[in-house]
Amino acid sequence: MNAPDPALHGLLDQTLRADRGRIVAALISRVGDFQLAEDALQDASASALVHWGRSGAPSRPEAWLIRVAFRKAIDRLRQTARDARQTAALTVLARDEAEEEAEVMDDRLRLIFTCCHPALEPKSRVALTLRTIAGLSTAEIARAFLDAEPTMGQRLTRAKTKLREAGIPFVIPGPEDWPDRLQSVLAVVYLIFNAGYTAGPAEPRDLCDEAIFLARLIAQLSPPATCDLAEVEGCLALMLLTHARKAARMAEGVTVPLAQQDRSRWDGAAMAEGLALIDAAMARSKPGPYQIKAAIAGCHTAATPDWDQIAALYTSLARFEPTPVVHLNRAVALAETGALQAALTLLDSLAPALAAYQPYHAARAEYLARAGRPGPARAAYDTAITLAASSADAAYLAKRRAALPH
Amino acid sequence: MQYLALIYSAPENEPKYGTPEFGAMMAGYNAFTAMLKETGAFVSGDGLKPVTTATSVRVKDGKVETMDGPFAETKEHLGGYYLMEVPDLDTAIKYAAQIPTAGYGTVELRPIMIW
Repeated sequence: MNAPDPALHGLLDQTLRADRGRIVAALISRVGDFQLAEDALQDASASALVHWGRSGAPSRPEAWLIRVAFRKAIDRLRQTARDARQTAALTVLARDEAEEEAEVMDDRLRLIFTCCHPALEPKSRVALTLRTIAGLSTAEIARAFLDAEPTMGQRLTRAKTKLREAGIPFVIPGPEDWPDRLQSVLAVVYLIFNAGYTAGPAEPRDLCDEAIFLARLIAQLSPPATCDLAEVEGCLALMLLTHARKAARMAEGVTVPLAQQDRSRWDGAAMAEGLALIDAAMARSKPGPYQIKAAIAGCHTAATPDWDQIAALYTSLARFEPTPVVHLNRAVALAETGALQAALTLLDSLAPALAAYQPYHAARAEYLARAGRPGPARAAYDTAITLAASSADAAYLAKRRAALPH
Repeated sequence: MQYLALIYSAPENEPKYGTPEFGAMMAGYNAFTAMLKETGAFVSGDGLKPVTTATSVRVKDGKVETMDGPFAETKEHLGGYYLMEVPDLDTAIKYAAQIPTAGYGTVELRPIMIW
C-alpha cells in the first residue's frame, strides 16, 4: 500500500475536527450505541485514507464518513450479534441502509441531552459531553480534570456502557421534562466553563471556548416552539461576559480583581453580545438562576457598579439557589453598598458552612480590614492563602495581607 | 425493556401501622399498582415481610450455611419490588418516582438482562 497522501490526511483531520460531533451524533442516532458509533467512525476514517487516495476526495467528506461508518457498524454488529435484541437491531439497520440516503439530520442536541442524562454521574456527563460533542481526546479531558488518562478512559467506557445497558433513550426531552433536563445540561456546560476558567487561557484546548460553543449549539438547535431558551441565553450571556475579561484577569501570574482590571483589554464584542443576550432572555419573562447571574455579571461591566442592584439580584438568586455561596456573594454586595456591619454579621452566620471555602475567608478578611480590625483580618487572610486553589490567587491574597496596617 | 424497581427504606422512616400516614401509603400503593396495570407496564410486584424474617443462605465447601438476617447490614432494607415493562429508562424513572416509598426511601432501578 502506498503511503497516504498528506493532503488527504489533512482533509480527514479537518473534517473530524470540524464535524466530529455531528458525525458521531448521526451515527449514534442510527445505531443506538456510543461505543459502536465511535469504533465505526474509527474504521471509516481508516478506509477513508485508502478510498480517497484511490478515487479522490468526496465532495462532502462528512457525509461520506457517516455513510461508510454506518456500514462498518453493521459489519461489527454482524460479527458480534449474539442476542435477540442485537439481531433485531441489525434487521432495522440493514433496512435503513438500503433506503435512499436522506439528508443527514443534525442530531447533536439529542446527543447533548443524552450525554447529560441525570442517571449518569455528574463528572461522567462532563467527560462524555467533551468527548462526543466537543471532540476532545480522552487525554485532553483527563488533563483538564487532573485525572490519569486510563482512569478517564474507564470512566468514559463505564458511562457509555450504562447509556446502552440501562436503556437511557436518545431523545430531546418533552416540554414537561425540559426545564429539569435543561438544568442538567447547563450545569455540565457551566462546569466545563469553570474548569477552563480555573485552568486559565494558556491551556491548549480552552474549555471556556468549548462551553460557549456548546451553549450556542443548544440555543441554535432547540426547537423554539417547545423549548424555553431564557436560561440557555442566560448561561451563554454569563459565560460571554466572564470570558470577555480573560485577557485582563491576570497580570504577571497574579489574579487582578474586577474593579482593578484594565478595561481596554476586555473583549468588547463578547461584552456587547452578552449584554444583548441578557435583554433577549429577560424579554421571555421566565427568570432563572443563569439569567440572574448574567445580569449580575452585566452590572459588573459598568465603570461604577450599581451595588444596590447587585445586592437585590443576589437576593433574587438566593430564592432559586439558597446556598451559602450565594449568601456570601450577597454579603459582599451588601458590604459594597456601605452596609459593612450587616455584611459582617451575615458572614459570621455563614462560617460553619464555608469554613473550607477560600473566597469566604478572603471576603471576610477584606471587610474586617475595612472595619478597622487588621488583627482578625490578617488571620482570615492566612486561612484564605492556605485554601487558595491557584498560585495566582495565593499571590493576590498575600499582597493584600502585606498591605494591612500594623 | 424490563426494569426491576427495588424498593428500599429505613424502618424508622416508614409510616407506622394504624396511623393515617400508613393508610395513605397503602392507598398510594394500590393506586400506583392499578395505574401500572392500566398502562400495561405491570409485570409483577410484591411487598416483602420485614427484614427480621430474612434468612441468608450460602454454600461453603459443599455445606449449606444459613444466617439469621439480611445479606447486608444497611440502614435501608429491601421492602418490595415491581417488575415493569417500559420503553426506556426515562419512563422507568417516571414510574419509580410515583412509588410511595420514593418519598422517604430509595427506589433502585435495574434493567433485566436479556440472554
